[in-house]
Amino acid sequence: MSDQSSSRPSGFDRRAFMAGAAGSALVPLAARAGTQDARAPLAQDPALPVDVTLRVNGQDKRLSLDARTTVLDALREHLKLTGSKKGCDHGQCGACTVLIGDRRVVSCLTLALAAEGQEITTIEGLATSDRLHPMQQAFVDNDAFQCGYCTPGQIMSAIACVKEGHAGTDADIREYMSGNICRCAAYPNIVAAVKQAAPDIMKG
Amino acid sequence: MRPFSYQRATAPDMAVQALSAAAAVNNSLTQATAQPLAGGTTLIDLMKLDVMRPAAIVDINPLAQGWSAIDPGGENLRLGALAKMSDVAAHEEIQRSYPVIANSLKLAASAQLRNMATLGGNVMQRTRCSYFRDVSYENCNKRNPGSGCAAMDGVNRMHAVLGTSDQCIATYPGDFAQALIALDATVELTGRSGTRSMPFSELHKAPGNTPDIETILQPGELISAFVVPGRWPRSVYLKARDRQSYEFALSSAAVALDVQDGTIKDARVALGGVATVPWRAREAEALLKGQKFDDGLAERAADAAFADARGRQHNSFKIALGKRVVARALQQAVTMEI
Repeated sequence: MSDQSSSRPSGFDRRAFMAGAAGSALVPLAARAGTQDARAPLAQDPALPVDVTLRVNGQDKRLSLDARTTVLDALREHLKLTGSKKGCDHGQCGACTVLIGDRRVVSCLTLALAAEGQEITTIEGLATSDRLHPMQQAFVDNDAFQCGYCTPGQIMSAIACVKEGHAGTDADIREYMSGNICRCAAYPNIVAAVKQAAPDIMKG
Repeated sequence: MRPFSYQRATAPDMAVQALSAAAAVNNSLTQATAQPLAGGTTLIDLMKLDVMRPAAIVDINPLAQGWSAIDPGGENLRLGALAKMSDVAAHEEIQRSYPVIANSLKLAASAQLRNMATLGGNVMQRTRCSYFRDVSYENCNKRNPGSGCAAMDGVNRMHAVLGTSDQCIATYPGDFAQALIALDATVELTGRSGTRSMPFSELHKAPGNTPDIETILQPGELISAFVVPGRWPRSVYLKARDRQSYEFALSSAAVALDVQDGTIKDARVALGGVATVPWRAREAEALLKGQKFDDGLAERAADAAFADARGRQHNSFKIALGKRVVARALQQAVTMEI
């Protein structure tokens, strides 16, 4: 609500605009550099960006981020990895799901600073140059999407669902995929895709 | 979201010190200017909504090494406050000896959120009252003490029927806390003067005239562990909700029974989704103890649990629903094979 950096005027390329807005927003903030809070000597000045190294899809990425930046915004706005989608931005829809370590999480409620030192895997990190990940292929084979907006989150969540051992039955898949909302309601095909990919993924 | 300073606490002392230093200028704890960050699933959400406005975030995740153990080995079950909901729900010994705990966690939130959220953060989650979460409503006694309550005569279908006051009818939204309160758990707190333990039932405060004060936690104090005495293999968590998965409870019941030779030796009943705080239904327990189980007994216990319930315009259905949830949970607990 008060997040000025996320204002979204329409009518021209939103992504390019946001990249520009995010960059320029740092200038006045940095210019206010100054007093350190004496009571909390380890805390940084909230007006200053913080240097952080995120490990994303096997590569270290050095960034200078406002402390408020979530992993989702760091990926999309700073690293140009726009596969992870911003749906609700409140942890309710699952479109932003990524893996941190081997756990699926919602990147919109994860602060980038708190994810430092951990392995982040996004939808962009799944395929090799000539081959889709088995879960990606299964989503294609089973027509497991319509508009596709929720799909990156569905796929990341589905991979974890299988690895957690929660893809044994249709009921289990539905229950453990319930954190990923699909407003096109491609659910039956998503269940089919997860079932198809599960044996391949479990084989490693 | 408003700006904040971020720091990592690598030792409990450091976390307590950072939180209490910033807390010295606080009004009430839950509006504190410094907040600990664990899973962040409530905190970051409410900061984006401008409901919580901390100037300092103290990331306590580095404390997980010492504070996330799941230890069912001794006479008591000990759960570190930074254990993840998903890990506790998936733990085989918890599923076997404390199904009410495992299922209260498994039926909460989504797989992603359970991977993030910790036990300590889970019991501290804030109400889902839509007027509390929407700052365009000025009148919320929890957010703005003395401003009134928009829910009283608003859309209050999700609100509480037990433990309410004329200041606040916001529902305590969690599931796990009902299991803890039913099993007489202890909560261990770490603060400026070291560690203290108290009954978990004393952690949350009913709204009364101060709905902004939700717990007895002191400035800088953190939940470090929960301890559950005994084993409760005959226990159930039943949750009724608008959707089959990934939804808060309209009404839930945590039930644990000790049945010997057909007689109920001990009974524990706690209610979720219907009360302002984790709610122990001792009147229901008293009716059950020493009795042989039958459906009539379950219904009388359910009636007793809701004897003091007061509905408002849209939530009176929770009284009828809640009674059925209690009765069914008791039936399930009695008939489960252990």
